[in-house]
Amino acid sequence: MAPLLQVENLRIELTTRDGVAPVIDDLSFSLNAGETISFVGESGCGKSMTALGIMGLLPEKIGHIASGTINFDGEDLTKASDVRLREIRGNDISMIFQEPMTSLNPVYTIGEQIAEVLRRHQGLGKRAAHDKAIDLLDAVRIPNPKARVSDYPHQMSGGQRQRVMIAIALACEPKILIADEPTTALDVTVQAQIFDLLRDLGEKMGTAIILITHDMGAVAEMAERLIVMYAGRKAEEGPVEQVIDHPRHPYTKGLISCVPHLMGTLTAERPTLTEVRGIVPSIRQFGRDACLFASRCDLVSDKCLEGRPHEIGFENDQHSACWHAEDV
Amino acid sequence: MSKQEQADLLLKVDHLTVRFAMKRSGWGKKSYLYAVDDVSFEIKRGETLAIVGESGSGKTTTALAVARLVHAHEGIVDLDGKNFLELQGEALRKARAKLQFIFQDPYSSLNPRLRAEAVVREPLDSLDAVPVAERQAIVDRLFTAVGLRPEQQRLFPHQFSGGQRQRIGIARALATQPELIICDEPVSALDVAVQAQILNLLRRLQGEFNLTYLFISHDLGVVQHMCDSVAVMYMGKIVEHADRMSLFTKPLHPYTSALLSAVPSVDKKRREATKRILIPGDPPDPVNPPKGCRFANRCPVAQPQCSQSEPELSEVAAGHKVACHLVDEKAISPL
Repeated sequence: MAPLLQVENLRIELTTRDGVAPVIDDLSFSLNAGETISFVGESGCGKSMTALGIMGLLPEKIGHIASGTINFDGEDLTKASDVRLREIRGNDISMIFQEPMTSLNPVYTIGEQIAEVLRRHQGLGKRAAHDKAIDLLDAVRIPNPKARVSDYPHQMSGGQRQRVMIAIALACEPKILIADEPTTALDVTVQAQIFDLLRDLGEKMGTAIILITHDMGAVAEMAERLIVMYAGRKAEEGPVEQVIDHPRHPYTKGLISCVPHLMGTLTAERPTLTEVRGIVPSIRQFGRDACLFASRCDLVSDKCLEGRPHEIGFENDQHSACWHAEDV
Repeated sequence: MSKQEQADLLLKVDHLTVRFAMKRSGWGKKSYLYAVDDVSFEIKRGETLAIVGESGSGKTTTALAVARLVHAHEGIVDLDGKNFLELQGEALRKARAKLQFIFQDPYSSLNPRLRAEAVVREPLDSLDAVPVAERQAIVDRLFTAVGLRPEQQRLFPHQFSGGQRQRIGIARALATQPELIICDEPVSALDVAVQAQILNLLRRLQGEFNLTYLFISHDLGVVQHMCDSVAVMYMGKIVEHADRMSLFTKPLHPYTSALLSAVPSVDKKRREATKRILIPGDPPDPVNPPKGCRFANRCPVAQPQCSQSEPELSEVAAGHKVACHLVDEKAISPL
């Protein structure tokens, strides 16, 4: 079966004051129907840009897709017209954002905002859309949906607002849901509820989920496969358990070990955390023909500075773009 | 308490209460929101106490009140034998040198118009404790201590990355040779890889300068790594207070258990061993807190008595305090 979404050699360029920089550089991946895949990396590594590229929402006049294809259900989204993209967005692919505080319109009730999607994409009448909105609020487990449907966003808590966002995103039962750091602004107990909700709804509707996050714990809990992004390039890809057990890219290894995770067995002494020294290179460095992680890497050799590493494959479709992948 | 224990104790907070006046609704009495409600804890010299809780639980307000950055309605903050909340004038200025603050957001907590060296030097200038001639040497030493290069002293805050700015914030906090440093979410605004650098730095400095930390965080992984003891807050109250080992391995309050079980983990063993404890709904309205236990409406094991009377924070095992009706001297989790 052909994958639902197939991205090949995608290159997204951003025009900045210093010239054109490839914020996504030769990215390929595929997503099967009903699968959950996760993008991980620090800020500025191109996770959100990938999502915006798929959605056709790159910042106008600044960002554009320079080359590559995004194949969705047999259709190349890079060549689709604006009108067609508008049909796909919300209907087939939808997105929830990091800030549930700012992504809802404060002057409309949440019921109107959910109903708008249904009226626009599914041609429902006012009454029917309103009723469906109540059903959707119930589906995202907002208590007393009949009364809450006429609430304004400011009357809801952060977790509830994110639930409303999920209701809007899932209103048309899309094939793909892109969740861009959906829980970063929320408390852990609320985060756990949102993850449960996404998992249940994904299973029920068969929605494929692209989860963008920087939290390896969330990845381990939610996703089947993960893609580690670094400086606009794919550093590593593979099944979640396998990558966490044995990462094949020094950056992945650093990302996992630099965070103090809650452990099952607790010891009295606390070892110093492994550091990934330095920071992500500036956008001006992107696109060089070298390993961009070299300046922060312990395994660096001359080879790393001379050419961009090729992907090396391991068992179960784990890939790492590192010259020293075998040694990690 | 013996003399020795007294000497070991650096900070002792007793019955601290912070309240904010709410807008009056019609005639009637003024109503108050008790952001911090009768909170007591103590920290030994050289140790780290973490206060954890979700947003709105009052952890940051507690820290601000201890540092006198918000007005405490009631309570005593005993810092090294003196009530910090009652000091006035010169005595207060002197005492402030002993207590410094590291803020959450390194982007807004540095004056954008001062050079990095001036930022670090400012507490020295305003406290006037060391002669002018020695101040530059202290700034130089601090820059090395927090891992910044000497030539970076002349730069402005916007020329630094987030992690470097937090280093400047730490150097500024160290300038007056404080004994207690309050770290209010010092790494939550930073990228994961940079977090590790700052956490390692904080622990190294603690050893070097014999610092005591009051560490505010919502990230339980970070807390587990940093602290010696933990206080868990919920709606302005401490619900559980214990040393690191017992809190993380044997949580007694249902809220603590729920909080711990909600943290996603990369450790497969832990993921399989923990059962997710769901706490549905939201905390009640803080302006009109319920009569009984504040957690009762979300608690999975709540009994009728829980909504009748408020549980006191009491010691159930050595050094382990819990505020829950369902936990007795046997110290068994009600879950």
